[in-house]
Amino acid sequence: MTRDQAAPEAGPERFREGDRVRVRDDYPNGHFRTPVYARGKVGIVTRRFGAFGNPETLAYGLKGPKKHVYEVRFRQADIWPDYKGSPRDSVDIDLMDNWLEKA
Amino acid sequence: MTQDPRNHPHDHAHAHDHDHDHAHDHAHSPPQPDDKVHSYYQILGVALKELLIEKGVVSAQEVRAAIEARDMITPANGAKVVARAWVDPAFRAKLRADANAAVAELGFPMPTTRLVALENDETTHHVVVCTLCSCYPRELLGLPPSWYKSRAYRARIVREPRAVLAEFGADVPEEVEVRVHDSTADLRYLVVPRRPEGTGALDEAALAALVTRDAMIGVAPARAP
Repeated sequence: MTRDQAAPEAGPERFREGDRVRVRDDYPNGHFRTPVYARGKVGIVTRRFGAFGNPETLAYGLKGPKKHVYEVRFRQADIWPDYKGSPRDSVDIDLMDNWLEKA
Repeated sequence: MTQDPRNHPHDHAHAHDHDHDHAHDHAHSPPQPDDKVHSYYQILGVALKELLIEKGVVSAQEVRAAIEARDMITPANGAKVVARAWVDPAFRAKLRADANAAVAELGFPMPTTRLVALENDETTHHVVVCTLCSCYPRELLGLPPSWYKSRAYRARIVREPRAVLAEFGADVPEEVEVRVHDSTADLRYLVVPRRPEGTGALDEAALAALVTRDAMIGVAPARAP
């Protein structure tokens, strides 16, 4: 992989709106843009945004394959066991395909 | 002799008013330095800028012009978008379906980022944060306020959004869902606040004046007329 290489396509989307997904419970070396508070949490895919350049490779000047980005909705009570607020409250996080697995 | 105005012999730090024709029999304060201490990353940024200019990659004029262009953008851009959405259902539908196309129509192209409009209604109150850094729809709102980038806001708005909203003066009723949007990727979010009551007679420009930056981040409602 070099700086000049065009970004390869991302391949098919693995998830659809309504799918239950779990965020990978990981803390890899290097740059990543998955908030740590979401690691291991289960949410619902609410929107598909299409493929974007991968910040995990772009951070090092490498284009790398694009990744699909999804809006995933989590219930606040699932993220924070002691959450104070309405049980309806939620947080939407934009997450990349390689951080999600079917739940 | 230096031209630095701080070294002018009559730059007194004391507050009382007098003319300067008297003998100087009182103590002068030393020159007052800027009290702002630059962080490691600010110094790194300045050093990088100076190197790029020295090596001819960019000119000081280009850097200044880019900053100037950024500084010219104000939340009035976003307010125009919201006011149009309030008065024009077709525009609102377009904003919902393809926000980039909708705002470009009003003269605010966002070629490098995807925009999503979040419409507040009687069941949902949206609020935006970037917990990882400071992602913000700058083309529509200008530079973010310093609190938007603070660790306190970024940590607390996801952890206890209702407490933070209350501190901003926005009490969201229990039956309304608070939906926080963590802007972690290539998306930028614009909150479309609810149109205030009693604004039926106002024209679009008067409506836009009710739409504040904070309302478009989601930490406050639009102003009452």
